[in-house]
Amino acid sequence: MQKLLLLGDEAIAQGALDAGLSGIYAYPGTPSTEITEFVQKSKFARENNIHCQWSSNEKTAMETALGMSYAGKRAMVCMKHVGLNVAADPFINSAITGANGGLIVVAADDPSMHSSQNEQDSRFFGKFALIPILEPSNQQEAYDMVHYGFDLSEKYLVPVLMRITTRMAHSRAGVVTREVRNQNEMHLPSDLQQFVLLPSIARKRYKKLLNNQPRFIEASENSPFNTYFDGSDKSMGLIVCGLAQNYLRENYPEGEIPHPVLKIGQYPLPRKLIEKMADVCDEILVIEDGYPLIEELIKGYLGRGLKVKGRLDGTIPREGELNPNIVAVALGLEDTCGLPVPDLMVSRPPSLCAGCPHIDSYNALQETLDILPEGRVFSDIGCYTLGALKPYEAINSCVDMGASITMAKGAADAGMIPSAAVIGDSTFTHSGMTGLLDAVHEKSPITVLILDNATTAMTGGQESHAAGRLEDICKGLGVEEEHVRVLRPLRKYHEENVRIIKEELAYHGVSVIIPRRECIVTIDKRMREKFKKKKA
Amino acid sequence: MKKDIILAGVGGQGILSIAAVIGYAALEEGMYLKQSEVHGMSQRGGDVMSNLRISHEEIASDLIPFGKADLIIAVEPLESLRYLPYLSNEGWLISASKPLENIPNYPEIEVVLDAIRGIPHHIILDADVMAKDAGSAKASNIVVLGAASLFLGMEFSKLEAAVNYIFNGKGEDIVNLNLRALRAGKEFVDHNQE
Repeated sequence: MQKLLLLGDEAIAQGALDAGLSGIYAYPGTPSTEITEFVQKSKFARENNIHCQWSSNEKTAMETALGMSYAGKRAMVCMKHVGLNVAADPFINSAITGANGGLIVVAADDPSMHSSQNEQDSRFFGKFALIPILEPSNQQEAYDMVHYGFDLSEKYLVPVLMRITTRMAHSRAGVVTREVRNQNEMHLPSDLQQFVLLPSIARKRYKKLLNNQPRFIEASENSPFNTYFDGSDKSMGLIVCGLAQNYLRENYPEGEIPHPVLKIGQYPLPRKLIEKMADVCDEILVIEDGYPLIEELIKGYLGRGLKVKGRLDGTIPREGELNPNIVAVALGLEDTCGLPVPDLMVSRPPSLCAGCPHIDSYNALQETLDILPEGRVFSDIGCYTLGALKPYEAINSCVDMGASITMAKGAADAGMIPSAAVIGDSTFTHSGMTGLLDAVHEKSPITVLILDNATTAMTGGQESHAAGRLEDICKGLGVEEEHVRVLRPLRKYHEENVRIIKEELAYHGVSVIIPRRECIVTIDKRMREKFKKKKA
Repeated sequence: MKKDIILAGVGGQGILSIAAVIGYAALEEGMYLKQSEVHGMSQRGGDVMSNLRISHEEIASDLIPFGKADLIIAVEPLESLRYLPYLSNEGWLISASKPLENIPNYPEIEVVLDAIRGIPHHIILDADVMAKDAGSAKASNIVVLGAASLFLGMEFSKLEAAVNYIFNGKGEDIVNLNLRALRAGKEFVDHNQE
């Protein structure tokens, strides 16, 4: 037993290592990245041969983890909330096949959109898949829930979803660890057809999943993570989940909360505990980060016209992450505030680093915009998305991983010719390749710029699966060799780069231009490490 | 003892190193700690902040309520003002004076500094110059921490030990640089505050 100071993400990773993990699978995505990175840096993981390399995307990660579970070992797959959209197909179907070795899917939601394009609530995905969900309220629980989650998964032979939020992922606190458990021995499912989702078999598997629902509810009712605290003031009962519990307690510094409180850490909802609260309280206030999931559910399923307050009736704002002040206002307690922000304040958005290769790529691209219909450019998700802001204002879309290429194709289909897409190397191998194949198949007049900085930069410089393979991938997909062009995005080659982009925009077919120069941040990191080694 | 601290700066300025030093010292004191950090997009030159809470009692919330922070420690003057709604009436604002002008509409620096001077309890120090005197401008974050050290309710030697521990992996030179930076910040306040 040891006390460690860990981020929520790190607590999950440490929990997995101590609970007999055999492999972690993920594609980097804020705020989930540090879970996998922690395992990658772990000496224990190296010594025990725990798999921890990055996957190409969340779908391949989910499927690979399912394969490890098939082989009887414990696997974890981690992603940001929108990554679960990418992995949705194997995720939903893994609930039908069921698991063999313990399988935990961690989805990190981003309420308030600190680093994301939406604030979707992954609990809906868990409910949709009909599997148990765990939601920690602090780092210790995050650690403990991994052990518990693997047991739950192996008891019911079902994947378990663990839902966290940015604030949970990136907040640090003390965690007491427990004894390390061995990895599972390889053991294959005894039923040869368990994972064969042919309709006739899938119907049986689905029935089994449905039949397990009452057991999942019972497990929630007896879960150590679902707790009912009585309170004398029954005019209102409080249901809290995740960090909401902490914000609630912050508002009662003396420790005594006057109302009954039901703290939820495991789903499906513990029906008996909610009925217990509904029996004695006049109304219920639900305080939850994300969408009003609990609020909607208890309004419906109790079927007794209970008064429920929360995000839907405006007691709590409909969007954005919770904080102690929002909870205070919802409870009718005094709001607090310090000094006002002076009028001189201006915003300071993130920006491309000085010396970033994307700057040279955008400078060259901008000189060719007059060739493009109204100068419009489709783009994607990565550091280069910052090219949408001043001073570049060079791109006009950022939707989901890989969408730049396919949107450019669709726009070309509609007559926007030529059509240009800007995508990063890692985003391209994540989800851009299949779209490029569509364009090649129809010889669409699009020009794709794959900005190759040799890393997954936005999330902190993880290795890119595109490294050393980009030209071969493009040619292999059928892009003509003479229309795969490699540039050096440096100021001294500016004129030449502009000329090449213009040439390819003029070509009525698929072109790929690869401006290639390593990310300035990863060079810096690499050089420092080299220098350190030399010194040592 | 309980201290609620907002750390503010621009991505890459080293506010997480300040948090790591205070955090280590607090844990050595047997205190509880909660620290909420910013990772991801904002680290690319955007505004970043961290909520750091240390206490001998258990801590409930990961976030500090508005109007309850004992300290704002800022490594950049404009950023020091961004989080004023968190500062309590008795709270102190400690900020480095050198602006980081990576935006086209950065306000006049004198106007920014005047706004800081208008706050009841404040300390402005030229951490950049003091860090250079200590050996490198990169240690200006630790100079600011040194200036804040008097308000942390901890013995200074505990912070020195924490600097030793946190920078140990980077070699003796870096440890000594940061120790000089920490002391320079403290001495500035010793000489200028009565």
